[in-house]
Amino acid sequence: MSLKKISKEQPEDFEFSDKNLERVKKSISNYPQGKQQSAVMSLLYIAQEQNQNWIPLAAMKYIAKLLNVPYIKVFEVATFYSMYNLSPVGKNFIQVCTTTPCMIRGAYELVQACKEKISENENELSNDKSCSWVEVECLGACVNAPMMQINNDYFEDLNKEKTLKILDQLIKGESPKPGSYRGRLNSEPENNRKTLLDIKNA
Amino acid sequence: MLKDQDRIFKNLYNDQGSDLKSAIKRGDWSSTKELCEKGRDWIINEIKSSELRGRGGAGFPTGLKWSFAPKEVGSRPHYLVINADESEPGTCKDRDILRFEPHKLLEGCMISSYAINANKCYIYIRGEYFREGQNLQKAIDEAYKNNLLGKKACGMDWELDVYIHYGAGAYICGEETALLESIEGKKGQPRLKPPFPALIGLYGCPTIINNVETISVVPTILRKGAKWFASLGRPKNTGTKIYCISGNVNNPCNVEEEMGIPLKELIETHAGGVVGGWENLKAVIPGGSSMPLLPKKICDTIKMDFDSLVAEKSGLGTAGIVVINNDQDIIKCFARIARFYKHESCGQCTPCREGSGWMWRMLERMAKGEASRDEVNMLMDVTKQIEGHTICAFGEGSAWPVQGLLRHFKKEIEKRNNFNPMVSRNRKIPYLVDQHLLEKKNA
Repeated sequence: MSLKKISKEQPEDFEFSDKNLERVKKSISNYPQGKQQSAVMSLLYIAQEQNQNWIPLAAMKYIAKLLNVPYIKVFEVATFYSMYNLSPVGKNFIQVCTTTPCMIRGAYELVQACKEKISENENELSNDKSCSWVEVECLGACVNAPMMQINNDYFEDLNKEKTLKILDQLIKGESPKPGSYRGRLNSEPENNRKTLLDIKNA
Repeated sequence: MLKDQDRIFKNLYNDQGSDLKSAIKRGDWSSTKELCEKGRDWIINEIKSSELRGRGGAGFPTGLKWSFAPKEVGSRPHYLVINADESEPGTCKDRDILRFEPHKLLEGCMISSYAINANKCYIYIRGEYFREGQNLQKAIDEAYKNNLLGKKACGMDWELDVYIHYGAGAYICGEETALLESIEGKKGQPRLKPPFPALIGLYGCPTIINNVETISVVPTILRKGAKWFASLGRPKNTGTKIYCISGNVNNPCNVEEEMGIPLKELIETHAGGVVGGWENLKAVIPGGSSMPLLPKKICDTIKMDFDSLVAEKSGLGTAGIVVINNDQDIIKCFARIARFYKHESCGQCTPCREGSGWMWRMLERMAKGEASRDEVNMLMDVTKQIEGHTICAFGEGSAWPVQGLLRHFKKEIEKRNNFNPMVSRNRKIPYLVDQHLLEKKNA
């Protein structure tokens, strides 16, 4: 359960685009009839995607009406889960994992890099308003630590220099390549791999 | 070292590609129909005799769990739910299965939902694994196209639909009843047990919840036989397991190994040893952050399976091994873990909601050397008051790592925090809440 700030500036109203309404229908149909409340999480994702990566209160009201559930049920879901942003974030939303397995491999260097390149504090937009960063809990890529997530992609095996380079690319408007930055194949041991070599060399 | 032919996950590092064609080449989906046609009882008995234990942390026997589901479908449909909400610090095995072996998972879904009479299967993936979810969706679409899922799945008179449900960054949704709440579109707060989900689960219907790895190994066990699986490891701790070795090792990696492999062998063979040599080892967290740590002395000889680790007052958990060497400040490491639990507590039960923050603040002060000596015992007291007083196992999960730290490194904490506020009454100790009591004689 995390504390979340709800933006003071809220748009008046919100509506799904036609294309997204199709997706909404599809995701409601994934659940049994009468259990449409189950779709609230995916609908919030769609709303977040449509509204520059954050969810305004109007969207929650709209979703509540669409699913025929009380507004508070949508509100409590949106505030409970940490991946729903309730106030604007940068177009490039950078999440740095700093939980112990990443921490002992130097995750706070990455945080330092974000502070230098983007903004002094978390959840603040950079000068050109394109990026914002936040410290998050374990992202589940511990053998590739330290790592960070930019929008939907994982950037792994980083250090401060490499992070600075990635952030520079982002600020320039380029899209850096996700994956391991020490050139290894996914989660294999970097040197001296001993398993499944026949398959590798096949 | 485990022989390559005994490894279940042959594409763990994506040497070959995760699409259906390469999956079939590796032997997936090869005799699904024949296996299912041997009957539900045969499947469940085979899994029972293979002694497969759940790979998600608790280690509950899988066959036994399946046998709890009602034999016949009554008025309520059955559900199979796959727990892919992998968020335990130190664990990243399910991610590789979702990315590179999705067809093993789907075939496992097919067989296990047949065994428990479920026509619908939900896979709950953590929201951060967006790309992994996309990859799995691609695999699901492929399977539907080739009639492996859907109506007349695998050419049988059986229908199975598989859906993905994304989580949204809540660790607690890895707890099975919180996961069900989350699928129902509510806050992920665990339910009281009993009733157990096997009878009253998703939408009030019988539901079996299994970890990704558990379900993914099922087809291979049935194909190669329960005897083969039981011959690996030792009784009650059989088979193979994906270990995630992270932290201060030279080559952090995921690797599939036999159950009961000595920890030292595992680290030295596959992960290139501890940074600075084995002598530089301080402690190891053997099974994801919820499990109490093991100091070097125990690490020298410990074997990695459920029962050996329980004997050392720890646990295998998810087999996410975090290696901490002497260059790290062990108290700081555990203060960070405590912060993780403070952040992730769902806020439903008071002992956990308040206690997790309390432990974090105390450990932060202890890391800086600002705590008083009697606070070390007080910290132990706090952990004991959380443990066992909560609805779900999160209370234990947050208290155990701190207890492990106190059990093995109490001297180090006391050395750093050695002043006694009761003796030095004249000192100004601004943060002591009960300061006013010191000034009163009879307080």
